[in-house]
Amino acid sequence: MSDPIAAPRTATDIAAAVADGSVAAVSIVEDHLDRIAADDGEIHAFNTVAAEDARQAAAEIDAAIAAGTAVGPLAGVPIALKDNFCTSGVTTTCSSRILQDWVPPYDATVVERLRAAGAILVGKTNLDEFAMGSSTENSAFGPTRNPLDTSRVPGGSSGGSAAAVAAGFAPLSFGSDTGGSIRQPASLCGVVGLKPTYGAVSRYGLIAFASSLDQIGPFSTTVADAALAFDVIAGHDPRDSTSIDRKLQAVTPALGAGVEGLRVGIVSELTARDLAGFEPEVVDRATEAAEALGDAGAKVEEVSIPSAIAGLAAYYMIAPAEASSNLARYDGVRYGRREPGVNTAAMMQASRTAGFGDEVKRRIMLGTYALSAGYYDAFYGKAQRLRTRMIEDFERVYADFDVLLSPTSPCVAFPFGAKADPLTMYYNDVCTIPSNLTGHPAISVPFGTGADGLPVGVQVMGPMLAEADLFRVATVLEQAAPPATPPSGASR
Amino acid sequence: MTITEPTAGTGGHDLLPGDWEMVIGLEVHAELATATKMFSPAANTFGGEPNTNVHPVCLGLPGTLPVVNRRAVELGIRIGLALECTVQRCVFARKNYFYPDMPKDYQISQYELALNVDGRLELADGSVIGVERAHLEEDTGKSTHVGDSGRIHDAGYSLVDYNRAGVPLIEIVSRPDLRDPEQAKSYVEELRAILVAVGASDGKMEEGSLRVDANVSVRPAGADELRTRCEIKNVNSLRSLGRAITYEARRHVDLYEAGDAPRQETRHWDEEDGRTRAGRSKEEAEDYRYFDDPDLVPIDPSPEWIEEIRAALPALPRQRRQALIERGAPAAGAALAVERDLDGLAMAAIEAGAEPERTVTHVANNLAVDGAESLDANHFAELVTMETEGALTATQAKQVLADMVETGRDPATIAADKGFEAMDTGELETLLDQVIAEHPDEWSRFKEGEAKLQGMFVGQIMKATKGQADGKLLNQLLGRKAAE
Repeated sequence: MSDPIAAPRTATDIAAAVADGSVAAVSIVEDHLDRIAADDGEIHAFNTVAAEDARQAAAEIDAAIAAGTAVGPLAGVPIALKDNFCTSGVTTTCSSRILQDWVPPYDATVVERLRAAGAILVGKTNLDEFAMGSSTENSAFGPTRNPLDTSRVPGGSSGGSAAAVAAGFAPLSFGSDTGGSIRQPASLCGVVGLKPTYGAVSRYGLIAFASSLDQIGPFSTTVADAALAFDVIAGHDPRDSTSIDRKLQAVTPALGAGVEGLRVGIVSELTARDLAGFEPEVVDRATEAAEALGDAGAKVEEVSIPSAIAGLAAYYMIAPAEASSNLARYDGVRYGRREPGVNTAAMMQASRTAGFGDEVKRRIMLGTYALSAGYYDAFYGKAQRLRTRMIEDFERVYADFDVLLSPTSPCVAFPFGAKADPLTMYYNDVCTIPSNLTGHPAISVPFGTGADGLPVGVQVMGPMLAEADLFRVATVLEQAAPPATPPSGASR
Repeated sequence: MTITEPTAGTGGHDLLPGDWEMVIGLEVHAELATATKMFSPAANTFGGEPNTNVHPVCLGLPGTLPVVNRRAVELGIRIGLALECTVQRCVFARKNYFYPDMPKDYQISQYELALNVDGRLELADGSVIGVERAHLEEDTGKSTHVGDSGRIHDAGYSLVDYNRAGVPLIEIVSRPDLRDPEQAKSYVEELRAILVAVGASDGKMEEGSLRVDANVSVRPAGADELRTRCEIKNVNSLRSLGRAITYEARRHVDLYEAGDAPRQETRHWDEEDGRTRAGRSKEEAEDYRYFDDPDLVPIDPSPEWIEEIRAALPALPRQRRQALIERGAPAAGAALAVERDLDGLAMAAIEAGAEPERTVTHVANNLAVDGAESLDANHFAELVTMETEGALTATQAKQVLADMVETGRDPATIAADKGFEAMDTGELETLLDQVIAEHPDEWSRFKEGEAKLQGMFVGQIMKATKGQADGKLLNQLLGRKAAE
């Protein structure tokens, strides 16, 4: 790896230094672009690096500061965006051949808010095609490597965004989380990742995978940076009908509030030692995290939520069903890849056949089947009923607990090709999926290491709009975490 | 909730062989007169250069999300209330199928929970047709096929215009209560009048803002069963609707009488050939995979909002016709007056003392809609009274009326200016005798039965009186003298 960037390193510190004029935004941006140029050939976190746009935006920030104009809370902070966020004038591909050269004519609401806050887009990051996957191996443009061990995956689907932060390409990045796609790669790359409450952050301009589950959130190296980012992107958006229409409380002021008296539940179904695929070190770290919270004054208890495990089956009906409809529009008629055909139907079929990868096709077929006449009740309908029951179960538990704790991922970063069987890969989402189905917020915080010295993430879940409590807990865990011993793979 | 009453209708006996009757249900799509589209900020206007009234949302660009147009919901509720529906909590669903003029390859519609359910529509003849539901949805774009001659080597292509994509629609589904083509046509006419009256739609069938699909089946007359129906699309006028229904019903009867049966399918009306043709085959039959649209939240109109809309509803065509009829106007004239939106003027004139029948005749036949709104109801009443009291002939009254619309003057002044005084019978008879004396040959031929010469005599008199002679009186005189 190239030399570490001179301080400031975190988004909070960069924004403060740029705002008070002690560091120029252009030099911050150049440092990060240098790092990308040096290392991204190997990591492949980015699909697109927007170097010139970034330099220009940085110069504008510096000019504004020189002119004494007020700047936003992320002034001069380089950010990376998952390549399923629409960015006006910047190619947005979803890591799919079908959108390979598509340039959106508009910015996603989140992108507008980040730009208005002074953040500087340095590039668009790799993902599993249309966010379908848990390893970023499903990208049409090749996988992203885990910066901590380049023989291993960064997780997914927001693997590029997680790797960009872990590699120091940007202090802050953003992804989308449909079944764990922020939290799981955050865990595997040793960074912080937040999936906010469904509806807390606008989905307008996020290219949909599964509309009722998708939610945008940040990656960062510190809990404080994730809180800062959340405060910038959260809030009602009239362009998203599912956006929560009320004023949200800023979470940053809650960061140092501690966990004294907080009721913490360890979900027994997600920390059982006999669960298939759960690495013992991962379960140990979650248990130690709970003890750390107890030491800090929280009331920690074990709690059973039997439906938590069943979420996986419901998820793999609901998400593909919505996806099968959301992805219908990629038909070669208006934009994206078009293949010739003897008539319109043949053209559409040829374009979709050539444009989509295997995992996307698999989920479109699953979803189409689940919604078909005669099967709807047995599959989609049943999954929705299970989802309703899960929401009720979790709401009931949250009457007695402020937050719940579990591992984020059953395992640490795994080698490329290790989970080639789709069902094995799907199982990787077992801890993260419940929060998507319930719409509740959850955060993954690095907490020590597991097998091969690779990072382990602990997941903190809470009820609707409990982000402030999640950040209180995450801050305590961040301080209590055992020092991370760099894995062997990092010494490149 | 209202109970559908038994309907009138002839059963189409005169159109069908044997002892069969028609069973018809209509699905009417009407574009709502909103400023913007159903889920997108793009303008809702007819015409325009292709692909100019578009926005990322109605183009279905990746990442965009729909937001319900509140005005469209309000117009939808107006329609529901006018059709005596129950207005309820409703959910938008996706209807999934691939079609190039549909930007998302699904249509946002309402499936299980429609905005309006269980309504009724009373036709001009008093029969009542059940309305199953009236739900909101979005329109598609339009495809134009270029060089599509059907020859296999012809390199055809298609152009797509998305200006119409996302325009708000209400789909009004009747119960299968209609029994003949005339009744179906009057249902559409009445529904159209309601849509226009409540300001929800311009109802223009020729511009495609009102579209009708017909579900047609037949059964032995008087039976209760519902047999296999076919949905007839591509019906672009009321006349086509009648023809298509008759054709389709006969086709069903022919099949049954040959020991066969129709199969449930969508058929397209071919106006030129005067027949329906099968659409997509059963093998290609669509499974729309409906599910609730996760991008939208249910709409639950508050009782206060519904009552506010109800209170602001204008009088409906049926009520307006009834009001005129109760004041003595004939039904046909009242219907025309309402259709022309001039019933308010007619009512005001009648209340000012004008004779109802003459009043609605003028309103229905002699007044151009343009300009009529400036007509003073009291002046109009005076004119009708001058005519009914014999001070003006029918012809003179029409001329005065036209002048009134143009100049805004009162009828007495206009009549005096024009020198209009109704001629009495004596004067007219003297004049007629002169004309007969001048044309002795013609008169004897007319007396011998050459009837077409009547026009010549009337013409001569009208010429001499500058059109002031009472035509009816003149004809009576001619007849009497010829018989002498």
